[in-house]
Amino acid sequence: MNHRYIPMTESDRDEMLTTIGIATIDELFEDIPEKVRFKGELAIKKAKSESALTKELAQIAAKNVNSSANASFLGAGVYDHYKPIIVDHVISRSEFYTAYTPYQPEISQGELQAIFEFQTMICELTGMDLANSSMYDGGTALAEAGNLAAGHTKRKKILISETVHPESRDVVSAYASGQFIDVVTVPQKDGVTDVAKLEELIDDNTAAILVQYPNFFGQIEDIKKIGEIAHDNGGLLVVSSNPLALGVLTPPGKLGADITVGDAQPFGISEQFGGPHCGYFATTKKLMRKVPGRLVGETTDEEGRRGYVLTLQAREQHIRRDKATSNICSNQALNALAASVAMTAFGKKGVKEIAYHNIAKTAYAKSELEKAGFAVKFGNAHFNEIVVELKKPVKEVNAKLLEKNIIGGYDLGLTYPELSNHVLLAITEQRTKEEIDALVQEMEATHA
Amino acid sequence: MHKDNQPLIFEITKEGRVGYNLSELDVPEVDLSSHLPSGFERQESPELPEVSELDIMRHYTALSNRNHGVDTGFYPLGSCTMKYNPKINEAVARYAGFANIHPLQDESTVQGAMEIMYDLQQHLAEITGMPEVTLQPAAGAHGEWTALMMIRAFHESNGESNRTKVLVPDSAHGTNPASATVAGFDTVTVKSNDQGLVDIEDLRSKVGPDTAALMLTNPNTLGLFEEDILEMAAIVHGVGGKLYYDGANLNAVLSKARPGDMGFDAVHLNLHKTFTGPHGGGGPGSGPVGVTSELAPFLPKPVLVKKGDTFTFEYDRPQSIGRVKPFYGNFGIYLRAYTYIRSMGPDGLKAVTEYAVLNANYMMRRLEPYFDLPYTQHCKHEFVLSGRRQKKLGVRTLDMAKRLLDFGFHPPTIYFPLNVEEGMMIEPTETESKETLDSFIDAMIQIAKEVEENPEIVQEAPHTTVINRLDETKAARHPVLRYTKEQELVNV
Repeated sequence: MNHRYIPMTESDRDEMLTTIGIATIDELFEDIPEKVRFKGELAIKKAKSESALTKELAQIAAKNVNSSANASFLGAGVYDHYKPIIVDHVISRSEFYTAYTPYQPEISQGELQAIFEFQTMICELTGMDLANSSMYDGGTALAEAGNLAAGHTKRKKILISETVHPESRDVVSAYASGQFIDVVTVPQKDGVTDVAKLEELIDDNTAAILVQYPNFFGQIEDIKKIGEIAHDNGGLLVVSSNPLALGVLTPPGKLGADITVGDAQPFGISEQFGGPHCGYFATTKKLMRKVPGRLVGETTDEEGRRGYVLTLQAREQHIRRDKATSNICSNQALNALAASVAMTAFGKKGVKEIAYHNIAKTAYAKSELEKAGFAVKFGNAHFNEIVVELKKPVKEVNAKLLEKNIIGGYDLGLTYPELSNHVLLAITEQRTKEEIDALVQEMEATHA
Repeated sequence: MHKDNQPLIFEITKEGRVGYNLSELDVPEVDLSSHLPSGFERQESPELPEVSELDIMRHYTALSNRNHGVDTGFYPLGSCTMKYNPKINEAVARYAGFANIHPLQDESTVQGAMEIMYDLQQHLAEITGMPEVTLQPAAGAHGEWTALMMIRAFHESNGESNRTKVLVPDSAHGTNPASATVAGFDTVTVKSNDQGLVDIEDLRSKVGPDTAALMLTNPNTLGLFEEDILEMAAIVHGVGGKLYYDGANLNAVLSKARPGDMGFDAVHLNLHKTFTGPHGGGGPGSGPVGVTSELAPFLPKPVLVKKGDTFTFEYDRPQSIGRVKPFYGNFGIYLRAYTYIRSMGPDGLKAVTEYAVLNANYMMRRLEPYFDLPYTQHCKHEFVLSGRRQKKLGVRTLDMAKRLLDFGFHPPTIYFPLNVEEGMMIEPTETESKETLDSFIDAMIQIAKEVEENPEIVQEAPHTTVINRLDETKAARHPVLRYTKEQELVNV
C-alpha cells in the first residue's frame, strides 16, 4: 500500500528482502507462534484522507462548548488565561517537539538550555533552591512530594488539607496507598485549613502537611503558621501553589516550604480538557538528591564552553531501577517549554501585573455579586476565585448562563456535600468588566 | 550554528523591556497591602526576564537550531520509536473545540471530546485485544504503575495480600522495576537465556504463591519475540499471578499479534511512541492501560461509559484503585494518537509494523559483517549490536555514538539492554526511506573502518557539533541547577 508516512516502494522492498535473504515480509513474523498470530483485519475504522478527517474532527470539535467563543468563569485548577501567541510559535518548532529526551547533549543543547531556564524561573517564582524539569501535572507532583516526604522522614502518615483540590487529594491517596502511607484529611474552617484540628491530628509519625496556596476556594492560607506546626513535629511542609499567584504572594520558599509543587498551566498552556498541563517540583538543597524526575545542570566541555546536561541521574529509574526515588520517565518537557516562553513574555513586570489583575477583577466581581444580594462565602483574602452561595442548583444556573454564552463556575456540592448550591467562580485577567457585569446580571435573573 | 556560548535568556534581559500585552484594567484598582494578609504580599519581584517579543523569538529559534529532532534527521533511538510526527495531529489538537475546553464543564457541553475518548478506547481495545481501556495515565511509566496497582487491588480483593513479588526480566526497561517498587512490590529479576529470551526454567523456579505478576515486553528490548509466551503465561497463571505487557514495543506487532491473545491481563501503551504522540523533548506522553474484564472493576475512576447516545463519566466504582491523575489523562496527546490511527486505518497499521520490521532486519543484515550481533535470528522492529569487537581496539560504543553525530544522525540507544556488552540498540521505524537507512549504514561502516585505521577520530568525536563532550562528572559533583545573577553556584 502507499501511504504518505511510509516511503518504501515495491522495488525498495524487494531489494531489502533480497539482502535479508527472504522472499516475503511474512517470513519475518514466523517467530510469532501460530496460535497467537493475528490473522484477520483489525476491526477499526478505515483510513480517512487528510481532508476528510480534518473535516470530521472539526465537526466533532464544534460539538464542544469552548472558552474562545464563550466567557468562562470556570477555574478549579484549570484556567483561561492570556496565552501569548508567541508561545505556540515557539513550541511548534519541530526541532523541539520531535526530539526525544536530551540524552545526547551535543545535539540537544537547545532543549537542555530551555529546561535550565525553566528550572531557574520556577525557582524565582517559588523562592526554592532548585526545581526539576517538570512533572505530569500539579496533582501527581503533589502526590510525589507526599511520597518523597514519607521516604525522607521514614514516617508513614501524611496530613492533607481539605482545601487542597479534591482531584489532587484523590491522586495523593492513590500514590500513597502504593507505598502503604496513611493519608489523613485536615478539615477546613471558614474556607481555610482548620489549624486547631491540624494541631490535634499531627503526631510524630506525620511525614508532611500538604496544603494549597492559594487554596481550592481561592483563599490565602497561612502557610507560615502551618509550616511551623509541621516543623515542630519533625515533618515537612509541602505547598501546592498556582505559580501565577506567586507574582504577588510571598513565595513558599520564604515561608518555610520544604517542597513547592503546582501546575504551570496558567503560563501559556491551553486547558485541553485537563491535559497535558505541566507539573513543577521545587525544593531545597537538602532534598536535592531525592527529587523525582530529570534535572538539567550546567557544566563545561573540553574547551571550557558552557553547556548543559541531564544530571544527578543516579536518582532515576533507568539507573537505579527498583531503588529509584520515583518511576517517572516521560515528563512534560514541551509544556515546560511553553511555560518558559510565557514566563519570559510576561517577565518580571508582567507576572506581577497579571496576578494583580486577577485579584482586582475578582474583588470587583465579589462586590458586584454582593450588591446583587449574593452571599460570597469566606471573608479571607482571595486570589482569583470566590465561593458564592446560590438559592438554586448550580447545574440549573449554569445551564441558564450558557444560553448567554457564559461558562459558569464549578459546582462545589459535587465534592463538598456541605457546600451544595455553592459555586466556585474564577475571574481571571481575561474577563472584562462587561463579562463580569453580564455574569452578575444573568445570575440575578436566574434568581428572580 | 555558532560554537560560542549561547546566552541565557537572563543574560539578554534589560530593565524596562516587555514581551506581553495586557488589556488595561477596566475595574477599580485594589490596594494589595490591605487586600492580602500581613506578610503575604510579595516584597521582592521574581527575577524573570525583561525582553521584547522579537528577543524571545530569536532566543528560542537559536535554541531550536541547537536541537536535533525527527524533522532534523534520522533518529534510530532504540525502544523510543522515533517515527515521523504527522502535522495533521498538530492542527487537530489546536482546534478551539479541543484546545480550549475545560475538564469540569458540564458533560453535556463536552460530548464531542468524550466521543473521541470513547472511540479511541474502542480502537485501542481492538488493537491490543483487551476489552477495557483507561486513558487516564499520563505516560508509559504511569501506565505501568496504574496497572500494577490494579493487579495489587485484584489480589487483595481475593484475600491474597501475600502476593508481593513482581517478576521482571533482566532485559526490561528501568521503569518496570521502578514502577513495581512504587506500587509497593518487591522485584525479582528473571534471567535471559543464550538466545536473548526469557529463561523459562529460571522463570519456573521463581514463581510461586507470592507472585503478583510478571512484567514482560514482547518483543523484548533486544527486538526479539518471546516465542514461549504461551508457556510463560501458563506458568504465571498457574500460580495465580497476572501477566503484564509493557507496550513500549507495540510498533513491532500491530495487526500481527495482540497482547490479549497472548494471554496478557494488562497492557500499557505509549501513545507518544507507536501512535506518534510526539515526544516533545521528553514529554508529555500518554500511557493508556488495557485490561481483561476480570481486572476492569479496579480501573481508575472515573470510567467513561456510553448510555444510549450520551457519554458520561462513572464515578461509582467501589473497587477502583482511585484516581491516578487529575481529570482524564493527557487529552491533547491521545487526541493526536486518535487522529493518527484514523489516518492509518487497519491496512495502514499493518503496513506500519511490516515496514518497521523489514527496515530493522535490512539494517541488521547489512551491519552484521562489521559489528558483533549477539542474537542472529530475525529481529522485530529493532535490533542490538555489540561494540565489543571495537572495544578491543580501544574504541567504546559511546565514542561511536558521538562519531555518528558528525554524520548528522542521532545515535542509537547505547549500553541498553544491560545484557549486551557495549550495546547499540537500533530502531529505524517505518517512516524512513531506504536512502536514509543506506546513508546511516554507510556511516556505521565508515566508523567501523575508522576504528581500525584511525581510532582517534572516533575517540575524539564529535567534531562538528556546537559543543564537544561535556563534563558530566563536574555537573554531578558540583550541581548548578539554576542561573543566578551573581553566578553563585548551587553547591552541595
